[in-house]
Amino acid sequence: MNPQFNTRKERLSLFQKLFPQRSEQTKTAADLSIVMCPSCNHPISQYDLNAQAHVCPGCRYHFPLGVQERLSTLVDPKSFKELYRSANSLKINTFPDYDRKLHKAQELTGLKEAVACGIAEIDGEKIALGIMDSRFIMGSMGQIVGEKITRLIEVATKKKLPLVILTASGGARMQEGVLSLFQMAKTSAALARFDEAGGFYITVLTHPTTGGVSASFAMLGDIILAEPKALIGFAGRRVIEKTINQQLPESFQTAEFLLERGFVDRIVDRTALRQTLGQLLKLHRRHA
Amino acid sequence: MSPQKAWDRVQAARQPNRPKAMDLIPYLIDHFIELSGDRHYGDDQALLGGLGSFEGQPITILAQSKGRDLQENMSRHFGMMHPEGYRKAMRLAKQAEKFKRPILCLVDTAGAYPGLGAEERGQAEAIAASLKLFATLKTPVITVVLSEGGSGGALALSVCDKLYMLENAIYSILSPEGFASILWKDESRAAEAAELMECTAQDLYAKKLIDGIIPEPAQGFASGIPDVVAQIKDLLRQDLNTLGSLKETVLLDRRYAKYRQIGARV
Repeated sequence: MNPQFNTRKERLSLFQKLFPQRSEQTKTAADLSIVMCPSCNHPISQYDLNAQAHVCPGCRYHFPLGVQERLSTLVDPKSFKELYRSANSLKINTFPDYDRKLHKAQELTGLKEAVACGIAEIDGEKIALGIMDSRFIMGSMGQIVGEKITRLIEVATKKKLPLVILTASGGARMQEGVLSLFQMAKTSAALARFDEAGGFYITVLTHPTTGGVSASFAMLGDIILAEPKALIGFAGRRVIEKTINQQLPESFQTAEFLLERGFVDRIVDRTALRQTLGQLLKLHRRHA
Repeated sequence: MSPQKAWDRVQAARQPNRPKAMDLIPYLIDHFIELSGDRHYGDDQALLGGLGSFEGQPITILAQSKGRDLQENMSRHFGMMHPEGYRKAMRLAKQAEKFKRPILCLVDTAGAYPGLGAEERGQAEAIAASLKLFATLKTPVITVVLSEGGSGGALALSVCDKLYMLENAIYSILSPEGFASILWKDESRAAEAAELMECTAQDLYAKKLIDGIIPEPAQGFASGIPDVVAQIKDLLRQDLNTLGSLKETVLLDRRYAKYRQIGARV
């Protein structure tokens, strides 16, 4: 047995003794399981990972997050009220194999589509919140994702709420063709109106944010934050390498690359994201 | 018009003798004056921008501009725009708004330029900003897709009040080759992909994404472009007349509704 595993296990039981009131939430077999950091191979208990907002304590690798995990690291407990939860893309067209893919993604993520939208609170500040899940067909934007985001923007406009969207997407969804593409125009148009109404919009770009999502609502935030090392860009690396016939540097299209070139306001470690958002929201309170 | 396969349309859309922006502009517009540069970085020749008069009325032109030969195409990047191109378009669009000129956009691109410099200078941001700007631009905008409308690079000039496509033009999320490559890891299945992609002008019209299809000469463009020029002029005249008489708020509400209704509802 891995000695580090035992050390961690001991530490965990000690922790549980010290904080018995927490034990009811944490005493599950899943918490004791060990995850290897894909970036530095550091072993981490699921418990530690949860406590660290799913960031590797060794190398700060940010593990991809599902919507539930993201909510637990980000919003005030039980504050998230989901909207359009049942909106579904099944049978939207007859593209071969598409419904099977959707079913698979729904099973994997527990979501009906690649974005969850709702009203939530961060540090007591009420917001309209969208969270994308990259595990759902690459977080791609089809008609329903575009529609849900547009509806969320419209709700934020009407209720004069700040808007926060965490992006994670490979771009427009191929299986819905040109109708996916035009969702870029739809979401951007809704944001233009939100902007004219004086709405405050923060985007948090997470890994990956590319293609049609980066070239629409992701890049239109009044403030654009990014998670460390997130891949952010428009065209795919391979396409570009083919065009310019040379290999691109490792750092190409990372959050750090964008920060350096002026396209991102701040890179924020996930463990500090809630605090940063809370601060920004408080500075943009609208006095009625 | 005989029914055609999507792949035939794709190939027709790629015929080298199709009319380019630079072929059409002299016939559509009098006294055309080219205006250059984004005032920040440079001038992107993939976008031919400028102004002139259409039947006596001042108008701004924003045209993705493929070249007529290899040399022109090299300098114009085959109509694939860089961020500075989108920023030039936005600058001229705001200028048109200020001086109350309508805008004619001509779309003709396989997509935004995929390159190192384009990414470094914010291709995604430039396209996003363009989509947003045109959504609330307070002047009539009419867009005609000449041959290829490829991905977000084309969409950035397609947020408008009236969107038309030439009969054999295509509009797609990416090229059929790219689509086949991603879907089946096999570029050679592009023809099959084209059928699935529903990317022809007829497909887009059926989906209510465009306002009309501009017929092309049955024998192709070898016979010249006067027919197409005349039809674009008719549409322009008619639309400028209608759109120009609308109250600003009505114009913008209609434009918003045009994009708002696209796709399934929840």
